[in-house]
Amino acid sequence: MSDEPLLRVSALSKFYGSRVGCENVTFDLWPGEVLAVVGESGSGKTTLLNCLSTRLLPSSGTASYRMRDGQFRELYRMSEAERRFLMRTDWGFVHQNPADGLRMTVSAGANVGERLMAVGDRHYGKIRATAVDWLSRVEIDEDRIDDEPRAFSGGMRQRLQIARNLVTGPRLVFMDEPTGGLDVSVQARLLDLLRGLVTDLGLAAIVVTHDLAVARLLSQRMMVMKDGRVVESGLTDRVLDDPRAPYTQLLVSSILQV
Amino acid sequence: MTAQPTDIATYNFAYLDEQTKRMIRRAILKGIAIPGYQVPFASREMPMPYGWGTGGVQVTASIIGPDDVLKVIDQGADDTTNAVSIRAFFKKVANVAVTTETAKATIIQTRHRIPEHPLTAGQVLVYQVPIPEPLRFLEPRETETRKMHALEEYGLMHVKLYEDIARHGRIATTYAYPVKVEGRYVMDPSPTPKFDNPKMHRSPALQLFGAGREKRIYALPPFTDVVSLDFEDHPFEVQTFDQPCALCAAENVYLDEVILDDHGGYMFVCSDTDHCEKRREQGHRGHLAPESPLEKTEPAQ
Amino acid sequence: MATPLVVSDVAKSFTMHLRDGIKLPVVAGVSFSIRSGECAVLGGPSGAGKSSILRMLYGNYAVDAGQIIVQHEDVLIDLATASPRTVLAVRRLTIGYVSQFLRTVPRVSALDVVAEPLVERGEDREVARGKARAVLAQLNLPEKLWMLPPATFSGGEQQRVNIARGFITEHPILLLDEPTASLDASNRDVVIALIAAKKAAGVALLGIFHDQDVREAVADRVIDVTAFAAGKIAA
Repeated sequence: MSDEPLLRVSALSKFYGSRVGCENVTFDLWPGEVLAVVGESGSGKTTLLNCLSTRLLPSSGTASYRMRDGQFRELYRMSEAERRFLMRTDWGFVHQNPADGLRMTVSAGANVGERLMAVGDRHYGKIRATAVDWLSRVEIDEDRIDDEPRAFSGGMRQRLQIARNLVTGPRLVFMDEPTGGLDVSVQARLLDLLRGLVTDLGLAAIVVTHDLAVARLLSQRMMVMKDGRVVESGLTDRVLDDPRAPYTQLLVSSILQV
Repeated sequence: MTAQPTDIATYNFAYLDEQTKRMIRRAILKGIAIPGYQVPFASREMPMPYGWGTGGVQVTASIIGPDDVLKVIDQGADDTTNAVSIRAFFKKVANVAVTTETAKATIIQTRHRIPEHPLTAGQVLVYQVPIPEPLRFLEPRETETRKMHALEEYGLMHVKLYEDIARHGRIATTYAYPVKVEGRYVMDPSPTPKFDNPKMHRSPALQLFGAGREKRIYALPPFTDVVSLDFEDHPFEVQTFDQPCALCAAENVYLDEVILDDHGGYMFVCSDTDHCEKRREQGHRGHLAPESPLEKTEPAQ
Repeated sequence: MATPLVVSDVAKSFTMHLRDGIKLPVVAGVSFSIRSGECAVLGGPSGAGKSSILRMLYGNYAVDAGQIIVQHEDVLIDLATASPRTVLAVRRLTIGYVSQFLRTVPRVSALDVVAEPLVERGEDREVARGKARAVLAQLNLPEKLWMLPPATFSGGEQQRVNIARGFITEHPILLLDEPTASLDASNRDVVIALIAAKKAAGVALLGIFHDQDVREAVADRVIDVTAFAAGKIAA
């Protein structure tokens, strides 16, 4: 494990006019760490995720990312070209709705291969072999490689989206409610898959979820947000087993027991 | 080019007003300065419907002078409705000389072909372009495609070729085959057959592309590098034909299939009618050519 | 002998914000230390705070006051104030924990549940699985269960998976929260043997055992938690 964080976030705030999106968020993320951001809708967790992934520019604050050459770069001072390059090589973004993260009208194989082609791979056979490998890693049969994601179930689409994101070996993946809208059994399969991939690849991830069970299963650390502010943070099991902030206690006590 | 011959006094020379021509020339110059880049321009209504070459006509009208010799082809032929009409249009509004001979023309306006006869320095090839954006079918947002061009994000172009190979076992795109210009911009060469793509590479002629409906002009200055996109293990190839032209016996030219009768009879003949006629005048004979080499044979359209 | 764990003056209370912020003190003034190669047992009635103390030592509960000094590799770390990242490193390398209940993960086999802590420490997956097989066999878990996810196992079977997972590593400190609660006599004896082996290997153990026989078999000394009672209400 590296001695330096992968991502340093300091006093990040985003305002929509006079309304608060997120305010004064500070944390470090290390390689291989999964950070869950939990809170109800409107708590600012998605705003935070969009700021961190540079899909939104914050109103104030800084975030710096340790590039592959070891140098920290200030995300919001990078050119758009550099940010987009980072986005399709060293980062991944898994959307809640797979249709937002996939090209629905091109085949599964091309969806997985697109990032490879974007970084200059020009050997069809190798691209296809890599796509086959990744489809099997996300448990999609090889014979579906030429099907469009439109023909896939919700769970399969989500797994395809994950493969599409991970094919370039990113070091940081953003996930926005990755299991939202899926059946419980499909969710379990996806979570297990994500857990395995994160461990095997040593990925760092920031997972936004309102589902505390998802957070417990996937993450080591957790931030609880309310009204745009982080009200509690710490080890995931510590926050869930010994919640300190009033809002966290409310959240934890609201979990339905099966 | 403000000279106005008295016999066409009812029109400004070459139909467009001088301000419009200046505006279009500025777009052309910008296009030449940035080879392969799509320059927006204020496309005008022309006295013909979109899809009939309004982009090419505006480009031609802006660069043509009284001393130019104009050739217009449609799918390689000088004698189809579109070609005949546009030729007549410029004869009427600019009173310029017209020709069907590639070598004699100074400006060649084309739809879907590049002449077989090699172009030379000083000639201008004007393409009529229906959809100038090569990324359009995969990325519908204009804001996004512009950004992709600006940032040179062209992975998507290979996604299209990948899909071709995945579905057909080979790159099945046969026309409007995307090219990379001077190692920078990916460009749609208009719906010419990919057979013609190599002719664009380092051509001594100036190549201009006009899209009237989409309001874009782009250009290839003479001797520009034009490389067709491909994969290492699926390299770019032009179409090949397993028989020569039935009329002039030409090989290594682009052929059209012509239906001869209602009983399944057909022949393959040069799509470039000027090239075919020239060869027949020189005595080349295909297996279906009429007895007399000088007798004009019009391929069916 | 080395003393890898020193607890001094630790206090813990819960503030129940959903009940008008009432404060439930749990323990205060908790002070003890554990030496390598000994097994100390937390003693006292239910609700005295034994589990809470164990959880604080594992970083699972926050600490209100005091210090928990752990020898982590070559440095001393105060777990009461350590960053989450440090606590994770301590858990990975220094402090092992056998909880009362197994928290199962969907679709992960018993074998991989047991092998996981080794894999996290960088062990090769197949080597780790080999060791996991050995421990599961030692604990008499039927082999036909090894490749199944433990979610549907009986309480005793789950507990054996949990124990195997806790004992498979070579953490220098091991915390045991009622590991024998739902085991039959023969498996209790296996656990006693496992604990003895850990002691012999120089591991510092701290446990909670309600079973009198087990406690007498493993305990070198008993730490009376009632001495740390905080106020009159105990949680």
